[in-house]
Amino acid sequence: MTMAQNLGSATGRAARRPLVSVRQISKKFSNGTLALRDVDLDLFPGEFVSLLGPSGCGKSTLLRLISDLSTPSAGTIEWPGAESADAYGRPEHSLGFVFQEPTLLPWAPTLDNVTLPLRLKKMNRTEANQRAAAMLDLVGLKGFEKSYPRELSGGMKMRVSIARALVTEPKVLLMDEPFAALDEITRHKLNDDLLMLWQRNRFTAVFVTHSVFESVFLSERIVVMAARPGRVMSELMVDAPFPRDNLFRTSPEYAHLCRLGSDALKKAIDA
Amino acid sequence: MSEAGLALPNARGTDQDTAPVFAEEARILGLPKSRWPGILAPIVVGVIMLVAWEGLVRYKNIPAYLFPGPLVIIETLLSDWATLSVALWITLRITFAALIAAVLLGGALAILFTQSKWMERSLFPYAVILQVTPVVAIAPLIIILVGDVNLSLLICAWIVAFFPILSNTILGLNSADHNLVALFQLYGASRWQTLRYLRLPASLPYFLGGLKISGGLALIGAVVAEFVAGSGGSASGLAYRILESSYQLKIPRMFAALLLISLSGIAIFLATSWLSHRLLYRWHESALKRDT
Ligand SMILES: Nc1ncnc2c1ncn2[C@@H]1O[C@H](COP(=O)(O)OP(=O)(O)O)[C@@H](O)[C@H]1O
Ligand SMILES: [Mg+2]
Repeated sequence: MTMAQNLGSATGRAARRPLVSVRQISKKFSNGTLALRDVDLDLFPGEFVSLLGPSGCGKSTLLRLISDLSTPSAGTIEWPGAESADAYGRPEHSLGFVFQEPTLLPWAPTLDNVTLPLRLKKMNRTEANQRAAAMLDLVGLKGFEKSYPRELSGGMKMRVSIARALVTEPKVLLMDEPFAALDEITRHKLNDDLLMLWQRNRFTAVFVTHSVFESVFLSERIVVMAARPGRVMSELMVDAPFPRDNLFRTSPEYAHLCRLGSDALKKAIDA
Repeated sequence: MSEAGLALPNARGTDQDTAPVFAEEARILGLPKSRWPGILAPIVVGVIMLVAWEGLVRYKNIPAYLFPGPLVIIETLLSDWATLSVALWITLRITFAALIAAVLLGGALAILFTQSKWMERSLFPYAVILQVTPVVAIAPLIIILVGDVNLSLLICAWIVAFFPILSNTILGLNSADHNLVALFQLYGASRWQTLRYLRLPASLPYFLGGLKISGGLALIGAVVAEFVAGSGGSASGLAYRILESSYQLKIPRMFAALLLISLSGIAIFLATSWLSHRLLYRWHESALKRDT
């Protein structure tokens, strides 16, 4: 169980068709900032990838580009596996997004927050409510359907946000430093629960973080990025088996993997 | 749908314990305990002032046609209630019609302006011009142009009342959280859906803030316009009664009419505040009280 430093695709992976394929993406903002330069990234079905890098290395920008909230200055993002198209004729990307803030509708109770994506897709209310209730149950918030966001703790709000992102059963879940604002104990708990959800639903998870420990605990693959201009520096495989739990968190191999991760991150910062 | 063994074993742990707790206060006569000082203090001050006023008037023997005491004013209010209540009803009718028009037109214009930059660019300056022009100055013009007195009064009151609603609602519609806007975009929400599920609810606190101001302004606008119309002899609201009483030197009646205007203003303020609290208390920071 070692973390193999590798550039390019791992053997075995190469044979599979990526779900999302980012090719030579660059993003220059109108103020001249080159947020990303020549980024290549393949996301394979069902994998858990972390994007690790210092602030300002373009992690958020990359997620926004993948989710079509922003357009690249150069390069392409392809969805080789996309079958269906949405109401506007664009390919349906089947994405969930979790922001750093819970980003809930403050005027809507928990259940309505979770049904939002379904209601926007014009699903009927009864079915939407059933799905949302089941999703809330799954993230451990059964009984809080009628609570308003104000009445929840930070960790609970994040759970609602995750439930909302997963309620459409997306193929890809993008998370932008979702637990950065939480305390350590809550963060560990949410990390455990996220892995549980991932193992259960097997979506492709893209998790942005600047914490080496978090990225090693969660991912199968860590993409290390460097800033000015934002680019991919290296890629690290974490071969530890799932399920991972507190035992893994306190194991010597976890410590060893974290050291490797830190070294890679340090290299990226110094680069 | 949670399968055995996969549901979160102890999700109800630490993060639930840090959920905020809101003050659950004891209630007296249906109102939370902490609200009472805010109600009683001004009442006590008011009573002291009234007693002092009455005492002063009696002690100095000031005649009622110069400066009536509160008791005489109340007496007049009761004896002239037939005339005054009709006038009150007329003034209130114009005030409410103007307020409703302000809500509808101000709200609709705000939505239009935030949907189309060009609409905003070309029309907003005129809204500002209407707002900054003193209503006393244009009221005579409106009365002459429109002809119908009630309609002219309505227009004048509306001009005064609509701007706070317009500008506050525009601010509110534009203040939706940018990540939520991105989320709606991500799910391919239509313009209408974004308006309905995001921008309108986000604008509600701002709109209600505007409504509170506009409620008072509609009354002021109606009264001012009535003064203008009344000096031409063609009105019948409270302001007209004040003018009329001053010509006839019925000073207590002037005060009684004035009292009715003030009470109306207070009632409008309380009603809009209550409405605002009703609509926001579950979610908006301004309406929450944390237990500390
Ligand atoms: N809308 C924007 N306009 C101009 N510059 C931006 C914008 N968004 C991000 N940037 C810049 O792009 C770089 C990458 O930003 P970001 O993707 O947010 O980094 P990260 O999420 O890794 O911290 C930063 O230097 C940031 O200042
Ligand atoms: Mg970021």
